[in-house]
Amino acid sequence: MPSKFKRALLLLAVVAMLPASLYGCTGGTDPSQSPTASAQSGESSDHGNSVTVGIAQDLDSLDPHKAVAAGSTEVLFNIFEGLVKASSDGGVREAVASDYQVSEDGLTYTFTLREGVTFHNGDPVTVEDVVYSLERCAGSENDGTPLISAFSNVTGIEAPDDTHVVITLAEPSLEFIYSLTAGIIPAGSGDGIAQNPVGTGPFAFVSYTPQDSLVMEKNENYWGEPAHLDQVTFRIITNSDTLVMSLQSGSLDMAIHVPNTQASQVEGQFTVVEDTMKLVQALYLNNAVEPFDDVRVRQALCYAIDVQQIIDFVCDGAGVPVGSTIYPAFTKYYMEELTQAYPYDVEKAKQLLSDAGYPDGFTMDITVPGNYAQHVQTGEVIAEQLKAVGITANIVQVEWETWLSQVYQDRDYQSTVCGVSASDMTAREMLIRYVSDYQNNFINFNDAEYDQAVTDGITTLDEAEQETLYKRAETILSEQAASVWLQDLCDLTVMSPDLDGLILYRTYVLDMSTIYYK
Amino acid sequence: MRKKNWYLTLGLVLTVLSVGYSALGLFWTPYSSTAMSGPDRYALPSLAHPFGCDHMGRDVFSRTLEGASATLTIALAVVVIGFVAGLVIGALCGYYGGVADAVIMRLCDAVAAFPSVLLGLVILAITGPGKYNVIAALGILFIPSFARLTRGEFLKYRDRDFVKAARLMKVSPLRIIFRHILPNTWPVLLSGLTIGFNNAVLAEASMSYLGIGVGPGDTSLGRMISEAQSYFTTAPWLVLFPALVTILLILGAGMLGEGIRERLGER
Repeated sequence: MPSKFKRALLLLAVVAMLPASLYGCTGGTDPSQSPTASAQSGESSDHGNSVTVGIAQDLDSLDPHKAVAAGSTEVLFNIFEGLVKASSDGGVREAVASDYQVSEDGLTYTFTLREGVTFHNGDPVTVEDVVYSLERCAGSENDGTPLISAFSNVTGIEAPDDTHVVITLAEPSLEFIYSLTAGIIPAGSGDGIAQNPVGTGPFAFVSYTPQDSLVMEKNENYWGEPAHLDQVTFRIITNSDTLVMSLQSGSLDMAIHVPNTQASQVEGQFTVVEDTMKLVQALYLNNAVEPFDDVRVRQALCYAIDVQQIIDFVCDGAGVPVGSTIYPAFTKYYMEELTQAYPYDVEKAKQLLSDAGYPDGFTMDITVPGNYAQHVQTGEVIAEQLKAVGITANIVQVEWETWLSQVYQDRDYQSTVCGVSASDMTAREMLIRYVSDYQNNFINFNDAEYDQAVTDGITTLDEAEQETLYKRAETILSEQAASVWLQDLCDLTVMSPDLDGLILYRTYVLDMSTIYYK
Repeated sequence: MRKKNWYLTLGLVLTVLSVGYSALGLFWTPYSSTAMSGPDRYALPSLAHPFGCDHMGRDVFSRTLEGASATLTIALAVVVIGFVAGLVIGALCGYYGGVADAVIMRLCDAVAAFPSVLLGLVILAITGPGKYNVIAALGILFIPSFARLTRGEFLKYRDRDFVKAARLMKVSPLRIIFRHILPNTWPVLLSGLTIGFNNAVLAEASMSYLGIGVGPGDTSLGRMISEAQSYFTTAPWLVLFPALVTILLILGAGMLGEGIRERLGER
């Protein structure tokens, strides 16, 4: 009887773990505490209409124009709003602006301010605030480098009267509107906005303790559909096992981006909502350093890595393969055929490696952010797969903050496993990353034809032409094997069965305003 | 009639078993410890895989073999560093005394005031994780305890008559330290050594468990337990076997230490 056998083993393991647990202190939560007790207590009213959400990473900034990590923007979505904001279908809806018009040449955007929108501090939103915020995005408060890259296209931001704001562009752009989800903040806030985040969203900021939590409360004067919850606490728990223990002990009502393994442990006690992460997980290669400056080596890696095995091992088969930098949620641009560009083929990989002058392989480092179990495990699987072609891969585990500064900003790495997403939900954002002179081109990709295709694609007003150009760019990334494209991870949200109302967005957004207790 | 020294016997048996097990891992494992296999994921213990397989279809038996040898190597290296350096410092301090002794001992107090694992975490946070960094960090942290132990023993013998006699005969101080005094301290130092070994095994396991010791891709018992805890309810054998091997290592060395003290103390 395997089940009896299993139970006996479990018992033995419990006994064996006793001494182990003595030296492996894990934060003091008691996993044996009954999870059902917390579920039942939720039914009575002692939840105080507040929810605690577990998130896996600390916020890199509370400044809506400076936060770059997807894990930050999805939280800040609840506090800040732009002239427009993301809608769940992947488009935008009006927010601080009630209406907007685009001129026929695509160069002039005229926004009408919504009446009665106030900041969390009670001040009404005026055109000065809007102009100030947009100019700040365009770089008015630093050396002129736009805080949000799309604003480099902006030539003028004006307020002709008290209710209208006119934005003029240098070149037409179909996707510029998505950049206007950038948060509107009070005029003159400056960098102080990071300490005192005042926005117009359905939730108002209460407090932030670095590496611990962010608390926000319902904005009673919200212009739109008000939030159901009175208070939301985001608790930062970087260890996914601790996350599960916190869920089971009742200190969390909800957790986002929970890895499969951990989610399977709370199945039944919690509602598990499945989605894709809307990011591209890849083995990103630094195209500027040896040996990855040689396209043959990069292609060899693509052949040597079995993506399906990674999906099976790390995600229990639930991820979606991706063959370039566009993930499937961009239905218009996603090219499924590119996932077949480099079928798993060890012989071909070896051939390419010896052509490139590495017949015996080489040693490489894979830097992984330690707080993401999936990226770490993916690194382990890749390291094992690469052995077959003679490549020795050392996994270097770093903290998230170290990863951001060392890999993403300083580009001081050989290869890394991570996920890359579009902060403003445009295909443009995903593609422009690899334009040779782009500031966040952290893989140092350099291809003139690619630069041309992306630049042309961004400026064209013809949607069909844009699609062709974007797809051309995607294909170049695949042909050049800019990185080893892996998958869009499956994304699991775990929440208490008493909660409902979760709306899945097609971008990195966690909209807490629609969530309520049943 | 001499009482039977059960500690020594049992300790020896357990140590030979666990060290033999670990040593085996240096040379041979039935499978590669990192070889992954889709069909074998979460395989229950069987003849082909006596300890079952983990979430990536890796053979747990092979992994505990290699993990035990990694843990043992690290622990031994740590103890050797700590013991040799601690012995020299403690011997010199204990024999000569004086200001240098006071200063060095206060330094040791300062280091010993922190829990060693905590201090190790701080060092590793700066140097980054990795096998050699763990050895270096723990090795340094283990020096004070050995130094204090040795110093205490040397203080005890410094003013004994046989030492005074040796001094009068103009025997060189180094010879007095290492030939005249040191042999008398073995009972205490040896059992201290086994306790130190135990602590090193635990410290390595704790650090790897906390994700700051041996990195991913490397195997160690602590890391295996850490990885396995996610599967605690679904695949308990993943945590059971590395935990058992850890216990075996610690228990063996602990009993051996007790046995040695009893045996040598009788003389």
